[in-house]
Amino acid sequence: MSDPIIPTDMGPLIPRNRAIHPVAYDVDYKTSVSRSPKWPLLSMESTPSEETGPRFGHSLLGPLDNNLILNFSKDPAKPAVGERILMHGRVLDENGRPVPHTLVEIWQANAGGRYRHIKDSYFAPLDPNFGGCGRTITDENGYYEFLTIRPGAYPWPNRANDWRPMHIHISVFGHSFAQRLITQMYFEGDPLIDHCPIAATIKSRSQLDRLVAPLDFSKSRPLDFLAYKFDIVLRGRRQTMFENKLEGM
Amino acid sequence: MVQKLDTLIETPSQTAGPYVHIGAIPSFAGNPGIYPEDLGLRAIEDGAQGDIITITGAVIDGTGWALRDAMIESWQADAAGKFPGQDGADPQVNGFCRFAADKDSGEFTLRTVKPGKTPMRGGGFQAPHIALWIVARGINIGLQTRIYFDDEDNSTDPLLKRIEQRPRAETLIAKKTGEGQYRFDIRLQGDNETVFLDM
Repeated sequence: MSDPIIPTDMGPLIPRNRAIHPVAYDVDYKTSVSRSPKWPLLSMESTPSEETGPRFGHSLLGPLDNNLILNFSKDPAKPAVGERILMHGRVLDENGRPVPHTLVEIWQANAGGRYRHIKDSYFAPLDPNFGGCGRTITDENGYYEFLTIRPGAYPWPNRANDWRPMHIHISVFGHSFAQRLITQMYFEGDPLIDHCPIAATIKSRSQLDRLVAPLDFSKSRPLDFLAYKFDIVLRGRRQTMFENKLEGM
Repeated sequence: MVQKLDTLIETPSQTAGPYVHIGAIPSFAGNPGIYPEDLGLRAIEDGAQGDIITITGAVIDGTGWALRDAMIESWQADAAGKFPGQDGADPQVNGFCRFAADKDSGEFTLRTVKPGKTPMRGGGFQAPHIALWIVARGINIGLQTRIYFDDEDNSTDPLLKRIEQRPRAETLIAKKTGEGQYRFDIRLQGDNETVFLDM
């Protein structure tokens, strides 16, 4: 067996700016207390293990995968109940380039704040026509969209009277395993954001504001659904290819 | 006033929360059938070249309790050290796998092929390893770590060498428990806390 050779080198990943991310330990988000490492992270330049990653093709997707209003019931006569919204945006990297053909997954509670999960025992009822998950692959411009219903706020056992703001969980792959990101989208104007200890694990208010999606009438369809825009930025490469030559060479 | 940078800032992370399985592993959440099959069920397909191995472990919190709600993703090279998508990579190796800790025991199992050593930028090789990414309720940004193997030569691995506190390097090395069987526990906090990476 001959030694493997390094693949086309697109350059190392831009190191994460950890200051814009949430802290690991936050006593107000109680579960983080026993689940946060005490040692500092080991920092090192990325290697092919971080710079490569899985790719998922369009053949993976079913026609309703990004339509949460219909993908559980599969029946247009039985849509999910709630405020119909389009969630849309672009996936970009830190160099401002679109991230095309990458998998975006979402999951959320229903209009009453109830998750379809064996462990959720909140007494708000399940919607028989709502599953709460969706997925799509960005187009060549990094654009994605989901049709869904706006999730409700819900209480959770943290402090005595904590309620999560309305939110949609988002998982993005990018093209490198170390671009992997899970975050949450909040909704413009929701007063619960200011009271949420999970949102408050992000210590910079300006960074938290980047997770708040604005109402976007440009994409809402009259008499059908409202729209919210949510752009996502993934890590970029420290050197980028330009006409097949490394920059600066 | 200085010039304005035209670079963007990465989107801040948030915890995956307790219900990550709804979106990532719908069958585990009790919701089969939305998709034909959960994503990333298998790291390898039948016929993958190399040694087929099983790694068992748990994600353990600062009290010694195994998490029941963690989700783990793995990414690795094939037996020849090639990542899926690279020229000549083994088509039976998906490289990517997504798995949950068992909801009763907290144990996870990863069945895969033992990866080969992989080249470094600028020369040299990394010892065989599997990259992991761990998310769960209470984890605000996904934790990166790696599995190495105690029956491989890890002495020249650049990442392991970089760990200043030598005993901590042991936290990244899976222990062989039988033919093709390894044990790898991930300790989030406290005694023998696993080394987590910023790469």
